[in-house]
Amino acid sequence: MSIEKLLDDPLNFWLGGGGPQGDIALSSRIRLARNLDGIPFPNQARAAELAQVVEQIRKSVSSLSSVDGHSYLFIMLEQLSPLERAVLVEKHIISPLHAQYPKDRALLIRDDAGVSIMINEEDHLRIQCLMPGLDLTAAHALADRIDDCLEAKHDFAFDEHLGYLTACPTNLGTGLRASVMLHLPALVLTQQIGRLVNSATQLGMAVRGLYGEGTEAVGNVFQVSNQLTLGASEEEIIGNLYSVVSQIIDQERTARQLLLENSRDALIDRVWRSYGVLRYAYSISGNEALAMLSEVRLGIDLNIITDTKPEIFNELLVRTRPNFLQKMAGQRDLDEASRDRLRAQIIRDKLQGGK
Amino acid sequence: MLCDNCKKRTATVHITKITNHQKTERHLCEQCARQTGEINAPFNASLSVNDFLKGLFATGFEEAQLPVEPTCARCGMSYSDFSRSGKIGCSACYKTFKQRIRPLVKRIHGTYQHTGKIPVRCGGILALKQQLQRLKEQLQRHVQREEYEEAARLRDQIHQLEKEIAGKQ
Repeated sequence: MSIEKLLDDPLNFWLGGGGPQGDIALSSRIRLARNLDGIPFPNQARAAELAQVVEQIRKSVSSLSSVDGHSYLFIMLEQLSPLERAVLVEKHIISPLHAQYPKDRALLIRDDAGVSIMINEEDHLRIQCLMPGLDLTAAHALADRIDDCLEAKHDFAFDEHLGYLTACPTNLGTGLRASVMLHLPALVLTQQIGRLVNSATQLGMAVRGLYGEGTEAVGNVFQVSNQLTLGASEEEIIGNLYSVVSQIIDQERTARQLLLENSRDALIDRVWRSYGVLRYAYSISGNEALAMLSEVRLGIDLNIITDTKPEIFNELLVRTRPNFLQKMAGQRDLDEASRDRLRAQIIRDKLQGGK
Repeated sequence: MLCDNCKKRTATVHITKITNHQKTERHLCEQCARQTGEINAPFNASLSVNDFLKGLFATGFEEAQLPVEPTCARCGMSYSDFSRSGKIGCSACYKTFKQRIRPLVKRIHGTYQHTGKIPVRCGGILALKQQLQRLKEQLQRHVQREEYEEAARLRDQIHQLEKEIAGKQ
């Protein structure tokens, strides 16, 4: 795989749909924070020390391939343009922090983007593994093997009591952040989401909207993750998250059935109206597109819309993001109005082709 | 209460104006309040985890008053640097400022005992110690349930493991 394909391909394998409970759980992610012993953390390291981390990890690329038989791509972030880095951020492959200071920062990524390792982000290493659907166990098993493979060659900063040492004390211990991306339109429509966010928080989970600012979650896509990393084992952390997420999924299913039973006509009308706008709009903003795509996906899941594939939602989530559009247009400055027109055109084409 | 302007979002900004003894009240959501220019507070200046940590690091902080503040021998960070950045400088800082960081970690995580994965190479005998701890917990459970045969088997395992650990220390 080349970097071009990685940037231009809207779907990485884990966002392509499918996987356990794939109609509601879009993807599962495991992230491990690790640091090399003896070198200051990136916030305090000098340029030469950051470069040293990059060089040491670069040497491990070939041994990673032997873990899963895939090939890995090593990319210095400075080699990418700001726009290319912004596309990687939109695709959740690197973080905004990682993209912001590209010097001596690198990315190690598997050919299908199922594994990505950010080098010199907040910690020396941020190992991320992704799986489609609700599959935290598989994602963790993979992350664990990659961690073992790297640990065989590098001394990681570790303390008997504090576990893996990290730049931010909130990641100490396991250094593990597990998260699941969920599409929850019915819980939002039935106004149950607020209560659910509160209860999940009480159980030590963080829930946030993936798109949109503040409390408003555009597109009804939420990310649920564990808050604490120290004191529980990896299996316990993942088990707790799995249990909370499974219950959220059950509640979403119940809410969908209730909507169908109690407000069938209103729901069907709403879904088709959104479909109509997406199918024929000449210009559409990012937020409006996300909101309507979510309703269309709900319509597909509930067999209201039968001639469109559900994966179109996942694909358009990526394709309609501002930087991705900009990259596709290939022009320097796509103003907002032309971007909204291009977005509408892409959605129109996709929905017509989805037949 | 819904926003007077968009009538969609919840009103969170309440404005009372008194002009020429005439009192008017407006209830707006953040977005409309910003658009109408009623407020220009930086709502988007999001408070990050590190911002909160700066506060936590700073609580009960005394070294700043000392003439020479202790610093980490490896990365040169002082404790007051943490309260400015909210981030630790290197793995040695955790040892240098152990006494200060411990209570902080306890406040964040509610504990300071890692029970998860231990790296194979630099973990040393830690993995064995962790296994010992688990066996002891199991033993307790069997004793409570009066399953003495199983308990005796575990006790022997524990002795074996303790010997192994002692031999490596």
